[in-house]
Amino acid sequence: MSNEAVLHAHSGAHDGHEDHSHEHHHQSFISTYVFSQDHKMIAKQFLITGMVWAVLGGFMSVLFRMQLGYPDANFPWLETILGKWAKGGHITPEAYYALVTTHGTVLVFFVLTAGLSGTFANFLIPLQIGARDMASPFMNMLSYWFFFAASIVMLSSIFVETGPFSGGWTAYPPLSALGDASPGSKSGMDLWIVSMALFVVSSLLGGLNYIATILNMRTKGMSMTRLPLTIWALFFTAVLGVLSFPVLFSGFILLIFDRNFGTSFYLSDIFINGVGAMPNEGGSAILYQHLFWFLGHPEVYIILLPAMGMVSEILSINSRKPIFGYMAMIGSLFAIAILAFLVWAHHMFVTGLNPLLGSVFVLLTLLIAVPSAIKVFNWLTTLWKGNIRFTPGMLFAIGFVSLFISGGLTGIWLGNSALDIHLHDTYFVVAHFHIVMGVASMFGMFAGIYHWFPKMYGKYLNNTLAYIHFWVTMAGAYMIFWPMHYQGLAGMPRRYYDFSIWESFKQFQGLNQFITIVALIVFAVQILFLFNFFYSIFKGKKVTTQNPWEANTLEWTAPINPGHGNWPGEIPEVYRWAYDYGKDGVDFIPQTTPVGADESVEH
Amino acid sequence: MTIYLTIAVIILIFVVIFQISKASEYVSTLKGDEVSRKQNNKINGFLMVAFLVLGLIGVWYCNHVLFDKTLLAHESASVEGARVDSMLWVTLAVTGFVFLGTQIVLFWFAYKYQEKENRKVFFFPHSNALEVLWTVVPAIALTVLVVIGLRNWFLFTGAPPQNAMQVEVTGKQFGWIFRYPGKDGAFGKKYYKNIDPASNSVGLLWDDQLTHDDVVTEQTMYLIKGKPVKLIIGSRDVIHDVGLSHFRLKMDAVPGIPTTMWFTPKYTTAEMKEITGNPNFVYEISCDQMCGNGHYSMKGIIEVVTQEDYDLWMAKQKPLYLSAFPDKDPENAKPKADSTKPAVAKM
Repeated sequence: MSNEAVLHAHSGAHDGHEDHSHEHHHQSFISTYVFSQDHKMIAKQFLITGMVWAVLGGFMSVLFRMQLGYPDANFPWLETILGKWAKGGHITPEAYYALVTTHGTVLVFFVLTAGLSGTFANFLIPLQIGARDMASPFMNMLSYWFFFAASIVMLSSIFVETGPFSGGWTAYPPLSALGDASPGSKSGMDLWIVSMALFVVSSLLGGLNYIATILNMRTKGMSMTRLPLTIWALFFTAVLGVLSFPVLFSGFILLIFDRNFGTSFYLSDIFINGVGAMPNEGGSAILYQHLFWFLGHPEVYIILLPAMGMVSEILSINSRKPIFGYMAMIGSLFAIAILAFLVWAHHMFVTGLNPLLGSVFVLLTLLIAVPSAIKVFNWLTTLWKGNIRFTPGMLFAIGFVSLFISGGLTGIWLGNSALDIHLHDTYFVVAHFHIVMGVASMFGMFAGIYHWFPKMYGKYLNNTLAYIHFWVTMAGAYMIFWPMHYQGLAGMPRRYYDFSIWESFKQFQGLNQFITIVALIVFAVQILFLFNFFYSIFKGKKVTTQNPWEANTLEWTAPINPGHGNWPGEIPEVYRWAYDYGKDGVDFIPQTTPVGADESVEH
Repeated sequence: MTIYLTIAVIILIFVVIFQISKASEYVSTLKGDEVSRKQNNKINGFLMVAFLVLGLIGVWYCNHVLFDKTLLAHESASVEGARVDSMLWVTLAVTGFVFLGTQIVLFWFAYKYQEKENRKVFFFPHSNALEVLWTVVPAIALTVLVVIGLRNWFLFTGAPPQNAMQVEVTGKQFGWIFRYPGKDGAFGKKYYKNIDPASNSVGLLWDDQLTHDDVVTEQTMYLIKGKPVKLIIGSRDVIHDVGLSHFRLKMDAVPGIPTTMWFTPKYTTAEMKEITGNPNFVYEISCDQMCGNGHYSMKGIIEVVTQEDYDLWMAKQKPLYLSAFPDKDPENAKPKADSTKPAVAKM
């Protein structure tokens, strides 16, 4: 294709050749490790910042699970940590809601968006498409530092006197708009919005860069249909983010105006106890929900698609078999990306939404199960008649498929409005989204970390620790979230600080304790993983072969510890798709191998 | 002290696990990486099928222990809720079948196709027939579920039967206010700036004659067994949600935008005490939308009673107008007023 020739010429001209490698002789500590423009370093920055947030967010869930599991007990150590938020060793409702809200916000945005697609889009896109770096390394650096600034602001909100925002991660007004309605909606909420605004900027800078890089900077021979599925998934993720984050931003802008400048976009007919009637009239609280979920639902796929892409890649490599239905996989990613924009109102079935509109959203929501089913069946067929190597990455990939099935199927329940009217905002929803979005994407992330760690650091992670990490997390995730379906089927609402006053919901005290204990164990095992991670960076077993997993994709043709620019000398040329495993009896044929004269022509 | 001890024990366990892991790494280097990799592969392959079997036992056990604690152990308390239940069972059958099938296949394949010395993999990049099959079959199954769902949805959200009674429900931080239209069967106008927490909790406009017989109560709502009821739902401050788990329905309470929901209670509270075998049973309204720090305590009660009991209860209620203006109350003017002449009250 002439197009490719042009692109290749461009990237060649842009990057120079042999002399490229001594560019980093001039690099200082600051420009190598802090304000780095190398996509690999930026990826590691995203990953480690994401890990810090995962520990903080995970620890918050441990704290509020203590309240749910032991509502009557006092833990003096809680007062040591939380001070006035846990007077006498007992978490207050304000603190409970602040923890729940911050846990949600942090896990969804900072860990599973920035930590997941920030890490792997940065790390894999240039390496797998055969580019020296991102289209704009500078913008890429800014993307990280905006995320860092967002992190700092969010962190600072935890320390303000009135507490961090506590109205749920969805931040529905009027609760989030009126400081008089909840102490968490005072300055804690201002910081929350500022942090989220910075985060949106970070996402947009990153996303535009990913799209530009994938479309323009593929190496010679790397046509779109030869891209590994990771890149396709990251591409659609970036498109989703770029098109939907601005809408969220607009929603936040209106919220800022309502909070600080006396407008009435979301406010109407409000009388607050102890304050009196508010002057605002004519606004619609539902408008915010439309703007929020126009991002909020694609966000679910922003979180899930990178995991899907990496899982597809890892399953294929370790089954020593091509991914089944490559084009169908791309098609289903595309279908999911389109449908992601057309289903947002299924979060709003019980807001008094027009029933006709609701029925359209039922149809479109359940439609999304079709591409999801295609993906699941294709993954299963990929395993079929393979020769499976259970690397830690592979285990997490298989775990991802299991969790995606379990959590995806309950989506069929909740997407059907006539069932949602019963199950909405109960623990059934908590179980559903934690399994399908939270834990499954976490598993995708772990799969990616275990699989690409040798490429990132030139070291291996400890396998035994990895196996313990996987099996305990896998069993623990099911033990935590599976029984929550039953709590949901009892009608037990989310975001309750204490169930003991409820005749209808107080029968689960024993179960809540069980879940809390399992959560503690699972959290401890994640700390074990982190230890493995940081220990192995410095002391792990050294990688001695260029291609430890015997994979086809381009990143494994780069040196074990690639420098800035990835390949010394010419960028390799690509002659085939990424999935020639087991073809004609050959275990694997890297993308850089020219097609032989006697090779069969399938694909 | 115990806390430091606990931390010390945890750290100790970590160190032990870490040392074992480190040692096993050295052992594998001694044995040869390839040999130990194959051993690990066998162990994990076995664990795959073990996880499947133990997991399915766990699913059964979880159901065994928890089923009776859910609402499914008893019939829905509303006529419409029975449709939610039957739809739930159909959905469970479809998704349960797929769940079992795919999970079994997943872990079984993982076990069966674990690496073997001389296995030759099947190069199988795609098959149009298979892909069409698993596009079309889920699409058909989903169509069935959509059709069932939408029929129920339009029933639930459609117009209530002609004979339905009406109650207005207003959420506030953190409780519920109920308004009944009174003898004239119509709600009078209200405006939120008229709200006075002491005497006029929903802000009725007294200029409107229709408000004068409106009955306003808090915390407990009375409904009639077998009589459809239409709730007109609103909120005074932030978004709340009228969650009626026993009736299988819920609807948000949004400030400024009234919403509605209707259903037909099937059993009185007394009957439900027998059905559930719980002498303390009450129909609870749970707020299902995060509404502030007291969200978890925002409880309302519904008493479902027979028509006679309802009439008796209603006869005892005094319109809010009379509590707001005690001098207009005929009982205060002449204590022996004839209750068959309510028209006086309307002056």
